[in-house]
Amino acid sequence: MSDPLVRLENVRFAYGERTILRDISLSIPRGKVVAIMGGSGCGKTTLLRLIGGQEKAVGGQVRVDGQDVATLGRDALYAMRRRMGMLFQFGALFTDMTVFDNVAFPLREHTELPAELINDLVLMKLHAVGLRGAARLMPGELSGGMARRVALARTIALDPMLLMYDEPFTGLDPISLGVIGQLIRRLNDALGASSVIVTHDIQESLQIVDYIYFISEGRVVAEGTPDEIRHTTDPFVHQFVHAEVDGPVPFHYPSDDYAAALTGGKA
Amino acid sequence: MGGLRKLGSVAIEVVWQLGFIARFFWLILVYSGQSFTRLNLTIRELYFSGVLSLLIILVSGLFVGLVLGLQGYEILQRYGSSDSMGTMVALSLLRELGPVVAGLLFASRAGSAVTAEIGLMKVTEQLKAMDMMAVSPIARVVAPRFWGGVISMPLLAAMFSTMGIFGGWLIGVVFIGIDDGAFWSQMQAAVDFRYDVLNGVIKSCAFGVAVSLIAVFQGYDCVPTAEGVSRAITRTVVSSALAILALDFVMTSFMFRGL
Repeated sequence: MSDPLVRLENVRFAYGERTILRDISLSIPRGKVVAIMGGSGCGKTTLLRLIGGQEKAVGGQVRVDGQDVATLGRDALYAMRRRMGMLFQFGALFTDMTVFDNVAFPLREHTELPAELINDLVLMKLHAVGLRGAARLMPGELSGGMARRVALARTIALDPMLLMYDEPFTGLDPISLGVIGQLIRRLNDALGASSVIVTHDIQESLQIVDYIYFISEGRVVAEGTPDEIRHTTDPFVHQFVHAEVDGPVPFHYPSDDYAAALTGGKA
Repeated sequence: MGGLRKLGSVAIEVVWQLGFIARFFWLILVYSGQSFTRLNLTIRELYFSGVLSLLIILVSGLFVGLVLGLQGYEILQRYGSSDSMGTMVALSLLRELGPVVAGLLFASRAGSAVTAEIGLMKVTEQLKAMDMMAVSPIARVVAPRFWGGVISMPLLAAMFSTMGIFGGWLIGVVFIGIDDGAFWSQMQAAVDFRYDVLNGVIKSCAFGVAVSLIAVFQGYDCVPTAEGVSRAITRTVVSSALAILALDFVMTSFMFRGL
């Protein structure tokens, strides 16, 4: 197996005093779909921002296609981002442009292609996500699932080597959710790209990904293929997969003694 | 002691903010290339900031001119010089009221809209998405809006003054019956192009830069929540108004010294 497309080594990250990632090491092999899972607010999205170079790690290294992201200047970083695609949680479509113009945006910004060719490319991308017929609509006229599919078409407009998905399943009905899941898998294989999905939707992920990392309290606490995850005895993964209320991830936010709080400390 | 500490922290915050705005301004200038090589980006903003502000600017200009006409006549006739009404109306508008009132209206009409638009783009992650697509949001979103505002402002101020003078003429000549020839010829004799008109244009350009910079900065810098955007819009209108009035005082004191 060749070297992985993305490799994180002992990455630490903090927003000011608040430590988000303590010591993360993981890799995303070429051609694979990898899920990064964990509870809300555990730093999953931050991981994507580190890979995309929107944040810089406090410690450790983030390497994408052999390059240390933190050391790249602006031009080199932008050159790298042209080979990456990121799907934002709610699509982040440009609301003042039609669906067509949204998908054409990266092509128009980064290529000198003639309008006819851009037209064909955009229609092909939209066809791939099943929304060629919606090309003339405005983003406000789309449902949540459709908006995300359009955003997906825009993400793959420049045929990226790495696709990043930030919570792609959030707030979708079961049909849209299945559609997005299948599209992520199919597009990854068709483009020969690699994908990272940041999500907490365990059931959908188990069906489409090749490998899963679990993150909790800024560390990788478990990892494995979907089969290994289904049969694991790890208490954290077990709680996560079976959606148990209490376990290694506590129900209560850390607080002082309950009885003392109720009696104003007089007990 | 606590008060002193608070004062210190406020001072540091203000200086930090000013430095941040200065850096942001520099970035806008550095990334302004696209605003002019891809003119359609800037023309779109000219339409939104300039053309769509026309109505409020023209109507307000007319009313300000009408009021100036009434007040001016009332005062001037005491000294038997009601023929100078044209001069008074034109000078007040060209030197002060045109740039200042048009600037204030522009800040509340176009500045707030720019802040809201950029702020909402930030809330909905459109700016981040653009940045991840290797397209600089400053070059693609901020700079065209900035230049759209900077170009619109002096044009709007000129139209405001024109409508104001027309309003003054309506009151003075049409309703009150001042001699038409005296109205215009006194104005022509008393208004100097460089001293009065050009200084007014310079003022409106400065206000355009100030308002546009404040508007794009507040939008770009806002806390990405509904409340954050609403606060940013308020700050745009308030800071723009203060900036216009303060700049006006400083510029007037340099420009018009009764020489």
